Amino acid sequence: MTALLAYERVGKRFPGVVALDDVSFSVAAGEVRALMGENGAGKSTLLKILAGEYRPDSGGLRIDGANVAFGGPRDSQASGVAIIHQELHLAPDLTVTENLLLGRMPARGGFIDRKAARREAEAILSQLGEAIDPDARVRSLPIGKRQMIEIGKALARDARIIAFDEPTSSLSATETRTLMRIIADLRRDGRAILYVSHRMEEVFEISDSVTVLRDGRHAGDFPDVAALSQDRLIAAMAGRTIADIYAYRDRPHGAIAVRIAGLLGPGLRRPVDLDVREGEILGFFGLVGAGRSELFKLLYGAAPVAAGSVSIAGVPLVPGDPRRAIAAGLGLCPEDRKDEAIVPLAGVAENIAIARRNIVGRPMVDERAEAGQTRSLIDLMRVKTASAATPIATLSGGNQQKAIIARWLAADARILLMDEPTRGIDVGARSEIYAHMYRLAEEGRTILFASSDMPEVMGVADRIVVMREGAVAGIVPRSDATSDTLLRLALPDAGRASADL
Amino acid sequence: MRASASFLRGLGPLVLLLIVFAGLGLLVPDFLGLRNMRGLVLSVTLVGTIATTMMLVLALREVDLSVGSVTALSGVLTAVVIGQTGSVALGILAGLVAGALVGLLNGWVVAVLKVNSLIVTLATMEIVRGLAFLVSSGEAVSIPAERFYVLGSGTLLGINYPIWIMLAAFVGFGILLNCTIFGRNVLAIGGNPEAARLAGVPVRRVRISVFVWQGAVAALAGIVLAARITSGQPNTSQGLELAVISACVLGGVSLSGGVATIAGVVIGVFIMGAAQNALNLLDVPTFYQYVVRGGILLAAVIFDRLRQSGSLRGVSLPHFLRPAAQQQDSSTS
Repeated sequence: MTALLAYERVGKRFPGVVALDDVSFSVAAGEVRALMGENGAGKSTLLKILAGEYRPDSGGLRIDGANVAFGGPRDSQASGVAIIHQELHLAPDLTVTENLLLGRMPARGGFIDRKAARREAEAILSQLGEAIDPDARVRSLPIGKRQMIEIGKALARDARIIAFDEPTSSLSATETRTLMRIIADLRRDGRAILYVSHRMEEVFEISDSVTVLRDGRHAGDFPDVAALSQDRLIAAMAGRTIADIYAYRDRPHGAIAVRIAGLLGPGLRRPVDLDVREGEILGFFGLVGAGRSELFKLLYGAAPVAAGSVSIAGVPLVPGDPRRAIAAGLGLCPEDRKDEAIVPLAGVAENIAIARRNIVGRPMVDERAEAGQTRSLIDLMRVKTASAATPIATLSGGNQQKAIIARWLAADARILLMDEPTRGIDVGARSEIYAHMYRLAEEGRTILFASSDMPEVMGVADRIVVMREGAVAGIVPRSDATSDTLLRLALPDAGRASADL
Repeated sequence: MRASASFLRGLGPLVLLLIVFAGLGLLVPDFLGLRNMRGLVLSVTLVGTIATTMMLVLALREVDLSVGSVTALSGVLTAVVIGQTGSVALGILAGLVAGALVGLLNGWVVAVLKVNSLIVTLATMEIVRGLAFLVSSGEAVSIPAERFYVLGSGTLLGINYPIWIMLAAFVGFGILLNCTIFGRNVLAIGGNPEAARLAGVPVRRVRISVFVWQGAVAALAGIVLAARITSGQPNTSQGLELAVISACVLGGVSLSGGVATIAGVVIGVFIMGAAQNALNLLDVPTFYQYVVRGGILLAAVIFDRLRQSGSLRGVSLPHFLRPAAQQQDSSTS
């Protein structure tokens, strides 16, 4: 196989940061190469260089063996490169056909040739193997189909090099399956695919080879995925062993803290029954759309309960209002920190104090007591901030997360619901968050956390609840958890899934 | 270094106010005279009083365009009720209740039905203006109770009641914003409504309360205005909402919510008032005054944008006017 795309000793610096340092790898025609690494490892810089958005400071790209220097995104596209971004670049109020052929509509005598356009669009859609109405407005399509259209745009230009940037981050399980099939088709066509993702299961499923980046450097090249283990891959990404990252600590469990009985609501297809004990760390694993976040929102009263009940330390919790859940001792660390957790311009202390304030039931803010409490929590959680008044938005993701945990310690929450607690957080800070989770559990608090990062669930949880398509698929004790068991429970079984629908 | 920078930043708007007053003092004869200053303060009472609650509305990331109409309705209603019952207390009560009810309607539609407040209050602005004309049959309503006029022209310690009321609003809503959980919740909701809700802030209740306060305070200002002009005028205060919003934005209240200080609002109100007063002293015709007022609003919005981005197409702000977040960024990276 000849390399269709090659990065050769690519270097890129930004003021104060070396984003990429001497990175080389190549992708052959008909190869799917996964590009993996922690946040800040340099993956997006590599993609931006391929897209023509950045110019490398040293080294460069070769396409079909010839050196190329992109002056901008148009040069990159002209060389047959297409990037499928996480955020899609579609015009939502135009039709599928108009989007597919955007900028290159067939015309006759200055007018759009609608018939020809439709023919072309239908040809592309059939190539994708997707039933999409070419006249539908893009706005009316689910996110998965929109992504297909983005891929269709690449096909319409006959792009030979297609890079996917975290393509499944907003897709459901079924949509992910479709994407995997389409990528396999693209590979069969002899295109070169670069697949950026941090999801192990996808990488192992779809890619032929893996390149790992760490701190802007090439940290490992695995030409054959079949011969690779997850642990080796994680160790290469993190630069340390699994045991060091998670540093699991065992501890005794107490009385039942949360009892969930027959709970149903939006996003859940089957009633959920579950007991969680004091001091327990319960992990929830599943693909996107499996119902983990939805279950947390239900427990927390942020979504309407359709049936069933929740009791906290034996006391029934009246559903439907987060304020009651907080008063009962729950605290939520949402997955989407930016939109659901932080008040960005407010100071760190203000962000910590907000929950406690609203349960004490006095009209005035007790500045002195608050200042003392927030200062000691900032110290305890080791939140790195210039001052307690520094706007929280200026902190790193890890420090924001620590401040949000501190918010619930201030309100003395006994039960923490943590949705993807380490999403977007680098390895060092992740280890710190895990250590905090163990400490809180040792204090007798209960932690329920959801994660789509399988090694994290296996590394941190005492017990693992695997969810699939809105139902609990199984509960696995730590000692029995292997990636095989978890994946078998999490992945939709084609036959049974269709029988359920 | 950090401390002195933030000290200067806090003083930024005050420095601006002093520059405006000193500049106008030099350019406009009689501007700094005691008599003119008194007139200036009295002239800003209408805008100043309503600006205190508009500050809360804007801090919530909402807006209320109905305040001018509420001012007119409450003045007219108070005049009508006093005329029919002979009771000043009942008249004032009727005006205040009407304003609070308009606020309740605004707040309920915004908070419960989740309709954009710009549209909701645009609609109620029209409705309430219509009600003011209906209640008064389109005519000015004279008020047959001399003792009601005291509210507009009476003095305590040599200072007019409207000024006292404005000062009370400055102090009261300043304390509400800074020292109460309610005020901090307003800022949190404006900063990120979903995060506030998930952190246990009673978002709906706070939103409705703020609109009710806004309606009641606009009504109070309308009643005081009626006392000053000794009648209820259905067509008064058209465009008042824009003057109030301009004053707030000029005082550093962010239109994108979550940022507000009472000191900033006071300064914004006085900068607006000083500009208007100077134009009057210089005998600038009314037509030009519209242009200047609109110009001040435009400048205020651009200023808001500048404060958020730190610079605009290469124009950079003096460091003490930049938002805190910006400073942090540049000092840590």
